[in-house]
Amino acid sequence: MSIRERLSGNEAVSIAIRQINPDVFPAFPITPSTEIPQYFSSYVANGLVDTIFIPVESEHSSMSAAIGAEAAGARSLTATSSCGLAFMWEELYIAASDRLPLALALVCRALSGPININCDHSDAMGARDAGWIQIFAEDNQEAYDNFVQAYRIAEHPSVRLPIMVCQDGFITSHAVQNIELLEDDKVKNFVGQYEPEHYMLKKSEPMAVGAYGTPAFYMEAKKAQLTALQNAKQVALDVAKEFAAISGREYGLFEEYKTEDADFIMVIIGSAAGTAKDAVDALREKGVKAGVLKIRLFRPFPAEEIAAAIKNAKVVACMDRTESFNGHNGPLGADVRTALFDVEKAPKVLNYVYGLGGRDVTVESLTSVFEDMQTVAETGELGETYRYLSVRE
Amino acid sequence: MASDLNKQNDFVSWKELEEGCKIYGGGGSKNFNTGEWRVDCPVWLADKCKQCLICTPVCPDSSIPVVDGKRTDFDYDHCKGCGICAKACPFGAIVMKGAED
Amino acid sequence: MSKALEIRWHGRGGQGAKTAALLLADVTFNTGKYIQGFPEYGPERMGAPITAYNRISDEPIRVHSNIYYPDYVVVVDETLLESVDVTKGLKKDGAIVINSTRDKEELRPLLKGYEGRIYTIDARKVSIAALGKYFPNTPMLAAIVKVCGIMPEDKFLAEMEASFKHKFASKPEVVAGNMKALTMALEEVR
Repeated sequence: MSIRERLSGNEAVSIAIRQINPDVFPAFPITPSTEIPQYFSSYVANGLVDTIFIPVESEHSSMSAAIGAEAAGARSLTATSSCGLAFMWEELYIAASDRLPLALALVCRALSGPININCDHSDAMGARDAGWIQIFAEDNQEAYDNFVQAYRIAEHPSVRLPIMVCQDGFITSHAVQNIELLEDDKVKNFVGQYEPEHYMLKKSEPMAVGAYGTPAFYMEAKKAQLTALQNAKQVALDVAKEFAAISGREYGLFEEYKTEDADFIMVIIGSAAGTAKDAVDALREKGVKAGVLKIRLFRPFPAEEIAAAIKNAKVVACMDRTESFNGHNGPLGADVRTALFDVEKAPKVLNYVYGLGGRDVTVESLTSVFEDMQTVAETGELGETYRYLSVRE
Repeated sequence: MASDLNKQNDFVSWKELEEGCKIYGGGGSKNFNTGEWRVDCPVWLADKCKQCLICTPVCPDSSIPVVDGKRTDFDYDHCKGCGICAKACPFGAIVMKGAED
Repeated sequence: MSKALEIRWHGRGGQGAKTAALLLADVTFNTGKYIQGFPEYGPERMGAPITAYNRISDEPIRVHSNIYYPDYVVVVDETLLESVDVTKGLKKDGAIVINSTRDKEELRPLLKGYEGRIYTIDARKVSIAALGKYFPNTPMLAAIVKVCGIMPEDKFLAEMEASFKHKFASKPEVVAGNMKALTMALEEVR
């Protein structure tokens, strides 16, 4: 029997971490992720976990300490947002290249400037080339479920890479909604004990981590790292299958909502996917064949699978909650378009920038994107393919 | 299992490279003969040596072996010829000789 | 599309409008509903106008936007009527609940042509009488529960008592005062 609750996304993730009872949690607070270490520190104080909680003086240090702890053999994690993630920049690459399967609860928030504490994906998207597994949630339930599955994916012997579990700042992190939790022992059994093969505190086997890689080694190291990241795709599916068996909730690399026969498909990440589903239902009632493909796993990018899922649409709209300043498309738009490039008679692709810095995303605004897609199909004219949604002219 | 450093070399394929370039098992540097890099060479003059052992800790490559509390001759497999020991010796018991000498 | 009952709260930072929205989410959750309770996301500043929202539904809620066409509006601080368009988008067959000592017809001219139902409650009077301090959010919570009829009053009071007992476990003396504030508010709203 699962536990029916009402929780914010931050509360839900904190509970998942409590149930996992990791070894080391270094943290430095930043809005809107602050509540995660805040709630967790009360679990530590109340003796509900035996995690070592380390308050540090910056995110540079929290990620460094998490890396050190993970290399030592401890299951470790931290949480952050926005500028905090930016301040972890060099460590993100180190965690991934040293193949350390630690976890990061990312509560997505815009990067400055102008300085802003609200949601967009510029922090996560900026880190997309760091070599981490990136997994996104639509709501508090998915944030919780993804976290419960995170270490199983990251620590898998064919992967061993850090994992970033992302949810939308304030929109899901601070909104209280219904949720179903799993019992503590069920989570504990599912995640299991962390038993690394090699670790720095292993007495019988001294080891070196972070050795210099000369030009003779560097490319081989990257190729091996990429292969491990690609392996995360199948592992994520396998773990999701096991998770469905204990929770009844099914997850894939992405969620397809009414896409099978859809002429118009919106590809979107995060909380706005839920709003998009409401838009799709209203459009379907009017006879418009609309659908939504919601990305769950963004890194590694399931390009072939996405191409197969959307190739029969007339028009696809990729929704980027970040500005990547290449002037032509956003990160999701670029990835989806590339995935479709070799497909015969590929759908037309529009790319929207939306919801930056907390700009509200409504059923109406997303409906207008479907209307734009219909216009493209009717007129055959693509027009400007890189567009801003809900911006004042 | 200690890493096989004979395999973790410039010819290793990405599939055989240790995960994350980690190196398992200590003491791997013993197999790496940095002595080949030496241009100038320290020479120990045992008759001038007072066994004060100031030279031993200043050697960056641990190339002055100490046996039973006394230093012995240089480990030329690993000494890079940096000359720090010669500077540190208060008794002129270490002199540097050029490669040609 | 959303079949949810939608409520928008207007208050000032520090008056507990967000807490009231979360309490309403709690109490309706306990009756088996699907709920959302969330603040207008932004930096918290004491005294600045803030907005909080509730959606309450018999079906799972997927929409994650703010609420633009609320069924009900709650105004925790009367002075907001001059600076904030509190009835913006408010449905005609909905209602607004205002914390005020004034008569509702006296308030109507301040509501920018709003023609629907108006309810008032003197939350200051209730709060001072019940708690000895001014905490407007508890009376306002009772007022909106009564006005929107989302649950029977006795059920509401029972749920709130359980919730207060849990929340104030370390200071049980607070429970009675808060329960009194709720009971009085249910009577006083008109």
